[in-house]
Amino acid sequence: MAYLPHTKEQEKAMLATIGVSSSEELFRDIPPELRLARPLALSPGLSEKTAWEQIGALAEKNRHTGRLISFLGAGAYEHYQPKAVKHILARSEFYTAYTPYQPEISQGTLQAVFEYQTMICELTGMDAANASLYDGATALAEAALMAAEATRRKVILVSPLLHPEYRQTLETYLHGRGIRIAEIPWEKGVTQPAEAEKLLNHEVAGVLLQNPNFLGSIEELAPFAQAAHKAGALLVVSVDPVSLGLLADPGQCGADIVVGEGQSMGLPLSLGGPYLGFMGVKEKYLRRMPGRIVGKTTDRLGREGFVLTLQAREQHIRREKASSNICSNEALCALSATVYLALLGPQGLREVGNQCLQKGHYAKKCLSTLPGVTVPFGCPSFTEFVVKTQEAPVLLNQRLLSGGILGGLDLGRFYPELKNHILLCVTEMRSKEEIDQLVRIWGEKA
Amino acid sequence: MKEQLIFTKSVAGRKEGYLPPLDIPEPQQVSLPDWARRKDTPRLPELTEMDVVRHYTRLSQLNYGVDSGFYPLGSCTMKYNPKINEDAANLPGFAQLHPYQPVETTQGALQLMAETQKALAEIAGMDAVTLQPAAGAHGELTGIMMIMAYHASRGDRRRTKVIVPDSSHGTNPATAALCGCEIVQIPSNPDGGVDLEALKKVAGMDTAALMLTNPSTLGLFENQISEIARIIHQAGALLYYDGANMNAIMGYARPGDMGFDVVHINLHKTFATPHGGGGPGSGPVGVKAFLEPFLPKPVVRYEMQDGRYILDDRRPLSIGKVKAFYGNFGVVVKAYTYLTVMGGDGLKAASEKAVLNANYLMSLLGRDYHVPFAGPCKHEFIVTPKNIKETGVHTMDVAKRLIDYGYHPPTIYFPLIVEEALMIEPTETESKETLDAFARALCKISREAKDDPGLLHEAPHNTPVSRMDETAAARKPVLRWVPYYE
Repeated sequence: MAYLPHTKEQEKAMLATIGVSSSEELFRDIPPELRLARPLALSPGLSEKTAWEQIGALAEKNRHTGRLISFLGAGAYEHYQPKAVKHILARSEFYTAYTPYQPEISQGTLQAVFEYQTMICELTGMDAANASLYDGATALAEAALMAAEATRRKVILVSPLLHPEYRQTLETYLHGRGIRIAEIPWEKGVTQPAEAEKLLNHEVAGVLLQNPNFLGSIEELAPFAQAAHKAGALLVVSVDPVSLGLLADPGQCGADIVVGEGQSMGLPLSLGGPYLGFMGVKEKYLRRMPGRIVGKTTDRLGREGFVLTLQAREQHIRREKASSNICSNEALCALSATVYLALLGPQGLREVGNQCLQKGHYAKKCLSTLPGVTVPFGCPSFTEFVVKTQEAPVLLNQRLLSGGILGGLDLGRFYPELKNHILLCVTEMRSKEEIDQLVRIWGEKA
Repeated sequence: MKEQLIFTKSVAGRKEGYLPPLDIPEPQQVSLPDWARRKDTPRLPELTEMDVVRHYTRLSQLNYGVDSGFYPLGSCTMKYNPKINEDAANLPGFAQLHPYQPVETTQGALQLMAETQKALAEIAGMDAVTLQPAAGAHGELTGIMMIMAYHASRGDRRRTKVIVPDSSHGTNPATAALCGCEIVQIPSNPDGGVDLEALKKVAGMDTAALMLTNPSTLGLFENQISEIARIIHQAGALLYYDGANMNAIMGYARPGDMGFDVVHINLHKTFATPHGGGGPGSGPVGVKAFLEPFLPKPVVRYEMQDGRYILDDRRPLSIGKVKAFYGNFGVVVKAYTYLTVMGGDGLKAASEKAVLNANYLMSLLGRDYHVPFAGPCKHEFIVTPKNIKETGVHTMDVAKRLIDYGYHPPTIYFPLIVEEALMIEPTETESKETLDAFARALCKISREAKDDPGLLHEAPHNTPVSRMDETAAARKPVLRWVPYYE
């Protein structure tokens, strides 16, 4: 199969119209020494049926979370996606369209993005949001660049309890720009505002936090906002949007830029992507925001509609002076999140948040009763929490896996000081029975 | 607005329940401290599932995709997106994998990634490929960062300039700027190729790289490429390939053989994954062997010793991470499926027909429009309404009138070096009948331009909204819904 429509006769007619005798002649402008003289060393094409069987077999080689009971989170979360979401996403008028450059035939995408921007603003307490960025990590990096540009300062203060991969991405993005990263000390599961205050000075562009942080603890944002603003710096917070039906919105706590990973809004885990970076900002920073933005306007007959707007920030207009180089974003993932939020509504989102909170705490409490297991941090947590074990996490997780359970993340991988600490995640997907099962198998040998 | 905003349909108290009741007994439930708790309620809509489904179904009907009709958007390769690709990505064995699962439980996925890397390396003539970048521009960023890391590793820190032709995609200069580089723009020669003299003048000890698309954004193969590569390499700089136009050359020529050191590939263009209304895409980057140590972390590879695929994080020279986890895996699954179905022969046939379709359509349109660059073109070409200039009709008018005839307009006013450009990329999946009908529509539009130019100035006529006031939108931005009582 190759999805090619021409018959031999049609091809002949087309070549005649062009005025060449073979399609080979159309490649005569490629110098002979640059022509590939052999066929591509790839497998031959297959029928759809055979291809489907092969790909199905490859998928079967994986053990997926539909068949395992997962307690893994750490930046990628299993939440319930109402069935209707996938049906909307399967509308090919949405998924086979390009970026909505022609508003007259793109009002569907444009209006959906406008609704998405509104929902992100509502959740985060920000004034404006963009149409999406690649993921939570790059959204954070873009926010740090924005803070540096807005303040014309060259130091970024970072909580070590930001997702380690986000911090690594931040380093990569800031490396070529001469912006220095300094870490704020943490203690007892949370970042210390008093320590941030000590580090804040006239060189600091922004303070970057995550809430709930990578250890699952809820950070108290307001003191950071006060300290940052006193020093003329911005507060940037990376949030889990699913927590925001329940947890104080960062805008209310004084954040200037709110970013995060939207995957938790029911997007499939998909081995880490495609996910959804989102960004909301206070009005003051609106024109520094990277990425596409949709605005409302009217047509020449006065009818209301939507367009891509403020494009003077973007690469296709401004080239090297653009606020970012981003072009393609994660539009379909943003649509997925929009439909998810519309289906859940405010009560549904709060319910998801509350179930995460309660189940997380229930699991934490049950595990803490096991011999050799302790809960090192006493601060309030959301859907994730840390336990310390005597058993090596690798061995524990192997034991759990043979019982059909995907255990938590071995924190020693990212934090040498947290050897034998495990980060567990319990969302609304897990029943009490499954949590009890985790505790039972965990306790069998430990 | 043809469809009200979803917020205005909300009815307080209306809801659906998707979850079973909380099964944690009440005595064991906890409450949050006051400072952590949200005080207000976010104004999300309150609706039934049917309300929501109808709303977004109607919105979809206001949209135009490849499945709706011909979409000849230049440089975007809007080819047909086979349905098997979507189903493959939705297989639970791929869609329900957590990125931190132990690798022994994701061997099928890692094998898929390793095989995709290998196939892309073969197609591009490169030695190693990373699948991490989430889009083409992200691939550019990754590629230029690697080039900078390579120069730095040799202690060569003077190289801060990136050269781009004036016909380049806007992402090229924007990427170089994001990497802290200075941009040097060089003019095109009258044939639309690189001006070699201008290049020789600027290429030097401070040049980090030249970023080039080949075929160029004019749809022309840059046949001086070997000389360009020689000039750039002699200056000690590297050559970067913007793979947006890869659909023209698969199986015919390879960037690696042309002298390119770094390549990015758009899976959402050449490899038939859908554009999603703007994303997600995927922008794998291929490199020559000497740049392999600089690839972003982790690298997916087969470990002979263990007899399994691994995610290799121990890479001291790596530029680091460019995003969380391992790239847009779901998009990679779709491209892998496409590669499996097409095979090497199928890909070459795709490029052949893409070029055939472009040349055929250019021949047809040459009768009624100005063709600034004679063929053969590659996968795309430029026409302009210069020959009907006296009618007062502009490219924008032609593009908008095409909408009335049921087509998505081509890319317009790009590349910037051609006045009033219409950049047309038909792709290989379109039939002769479609191309003929499209050419007839454009022919008719050129006659309308002479007979009734007002018809074009006011186009489109048959859409839910006509031309939008973009100036007003930018002057006083309305970027979100607010309740009327505010």
